[in-house]
Amino acid sequence: MAVLNEEQSMLRDMARDWANEQSPVSAFRKVRDAGEAIGFDPKAFAAQAEMGWTGVIIPEAYGGSDFGYLSLGLVLEETGRTLTASPLGTTALAATSALLLAGSEAQKQAWLPKIASGDVIAALAVDEGPRHDPSKIATKAEKSGDGWTLSGTKKFVAEGDGAHLLVVAAHTGSGIGLFLVPADAKGVSCASRNMVDARSHAEVGFDAVKLDSDALIGPEDGAALLDQVLDRARAGVAAEMLGLAVQAFEDTLAYLKTREQFGEILSRFQALQHRMAHQFTQIELMRSVVEGALEAIDTDRDDIAAKVSLAKATACDTLHLVSREMIQLHGGIGMTDEHHAGFYIKRARILENAWGNAAFHRERFARLAGY
Amino acid sequence: MATAELTNPADALEAFRKEAAGWLAEHFPKSLVGKENVLATVEGGSDPDPEAVAWKRAMGEKGWGTPTWPKEYGGGGLSFAEARVLQEEMGKIGAWNPIGGMGVMMLGPTLLEFASEEQKQRHIPPICRGEIRWCQGYSEPGAGSDLASLQTRCEDKGDHWLVNGQKTWTSGGQWADWCFALVRTDTSKKHEGISFILLDMKSPGVEVKPIRMISGTSPFCETFFTDVKVPKENLVGEPGNGWTIGKRLLQHERTNLSGGGSLGRGQGPSLSDIAKHYVGTDAEGRIADADLRMRIVRHEMEAQAFKATARRVMLESKSGNISLGSSILKNVGARITQERAELTLEIMGMNGLGWSGEGFNPAELGATRGWLWGKAVSIYGGTTEIQNNVIAKRILGMLDHQ
Repeated sequence: MAVLNEEQSMLRDMARDWANEQSPVSAFRKVRDAGEAIGFDPKAFAAQAEMGWTGVIIPEAYGGSDFGYLSLGLVLEETGRTLTASPLGTTALAATSALLLAGSEAQKQAWLPKIASGDVIAALAVDEGPRHDPSKIATKAEKSGDGWTLSGTKKFVAEGDGAHLLVVAAHTGSGIGLFLVPADAKGVSCASRNMVDARSHAEVGFDAVKLDSDALIGPEDGAALLDQVLDRARAGVAAEMLGLAVQAFEDTLAYLKTREQFGEILSRFQALQHRMAHQFTQIELMRSVVEGALEAIDTDRDDIAAKVSLAKATACDTLHLVSREMIQLHGGIGMTDEHHAGFYIKRARILENAWGNAAFHRERFARLAGY
Repeated sequence: MATAELTNPADALEAFRKEAAGWLAEHFPKSLVGKENVLATVEGGSDPDPEAVAWKRAMGEKGWGTPTWPKEYGGGGLSFAEARVLQEEMGKIGAWNPIGGMGVMMLGPTLLEFASEEQKQRHIPPICRGEIRWCQGYSEPGAGSDLASLQTRCEDKGDHWLVNGQKTWTSGGQWADWCFALVRTDTSKKHEGISFILLDMKSPGVEVKPIRMISGTSPFCETFFTDVKVPKENLVGEPGNGWTIGKRLLQHERTNLSGGGSLGRGQGPSLSDIAKHYVGTDAEGRIADADLRMRIVRHEMEAQAFKATARRVMLESKSGNISLGSSILKNVGARITQERAELTLEIMGMNGLGWSGEGFNPAELGATRGWLWGKAVSIYGGTTEIQNNVIAKRILGMLDHQ
């Protein structure tokens, strides 16, 4: 655990208490069983907004607390532990980052206070295929009159079902630009995709959607901006993954300490002890790089991209390992829907795919380092 | 985070930076840049370079070879923040620390915690000045991973202790002046029968035989004690308390052996550069062997995660928190060291498998020997398997098999 200041410690403790008391895994099970497309409990999200978590990285002038990315990462880790179904990371971290990095004063005024209050849920729409690849964007924004006409289809948009506002990456003619698109604009369509984690992912279509000129965030040639936004989104996902890994590991450890076979509790068997020691080791490494990436963003270091790819690749590998071991070491009970091990491995694979899997980030890290 | 690192006000730290830079400029001769001999602190011998001798004396007298140890015992008395500034300033001009060895890495911190005032006054200042080379008498032929089963006897003869037995894997035993050893003062109890003593290697009855290793070198010895008389004042702590003291020393050993201190420094060319040299590049300038390239990337990423963890552990422990991360450093450090050696060998092909003589450059011969020697790092100081036991039992609370 990074060395925290007083505000961060309080925030972390508050998030941990809330997740345990108000949003345990049984709350996620209710969301899953309800089968709603939005994939979260609006009351739970309202409670998070009430506690100020939707404004953690937003400046005070726009209704936030400006505590920074590591602080929001702590919340995402704690709520990730109990699989809290919430658009928090997508709206308050990923989409918000686009506005913070390049939004005009008017854009910030228009949207940040509403995001901070939880009244608006924003989502980030980038990918157009089943694998993350920002180099393969076909969606077009063509200049028409004073504004733009947006056409294309985004696949697997996280929180696409519940979003009020979309940050959409599209070709402008001179590069990739980011556009603010209200989800209820004429020509926007949303088709739910029923995914293993029971959370919202939607195919969002843009059929000649008319946008004003002020819909563009930052430059018309904003590929570098998109990369920066994605890096923040990736670090946020990695923080949630850390929470999943820690809890999956702790639950497995607790099970090994109670389950008996051959007249002994399983945790006495050295073959299992060493598998747990290995997972513990990998989780400690994961924590260092995930916190390191969030700190790099907060301190605006010049190696954010490398640090984020290191964090996301490590998070993917580690959570992959821990979620598989969770099922194997629980044995048959871990295969049942009654047990929550399945919830963890399902959410794990979604998060592994989000904004680049381990292979994507190893290759990116290699290119950045000149390998 | 930043707040924890600023144990000194920034101004005072900058003033110290000036002081350190000035002192280093005055005392570190430029001719010694790149001439660090890491084995000198172990092997010693007469150093032919008078400038190196003078540099060692200057650092020893200043106490900056052991920068954070208390001044009253010959240390530098610096804060951690000042010590880091000192290291940065040394790095800027290529200066290296001539004070090292087991006295610095393991024994000194242990004596500071457990020794009597008299013992501290006698043994710590020579460590700070780099005058005494220490070796470690822990393992025995029958006591490796199960160290507490050690049999070397230490009998109370009234006015002295009488030591009989055999130690093995005594690093640098053939060059050492003194030995810190775990010995058995009570045969009726396992852990509680062990004591921690300091033993002059020149005492009658001490015999040292170097062991030839797969790397062709003999850094380890067998050490035989036959009726060795040891003064009563050389026992540290109470009789029977040696296991506690000895385990604490192992923590210092494991922290140092993990490479946490050295990985951050420049180690010459990167694996990527070596690979591009031997394997070549593709049209886009990437390492031509795509499979090798990704394994180098995986290794480099793990090395960076390790460094980030070492840094986190340091910040956490300085802020007074219990750091769980420290327990993993030995194993991860060993894994990274060995993987780097294996990758280097693979990259060099047959040139990385030369033993000696013509046809190989020094880096290639060094890679071969380093690869073989590196197999020790997952064995000494607690094997990887023992470390996993420690994590499982002490940290995860998984119990012993019954």
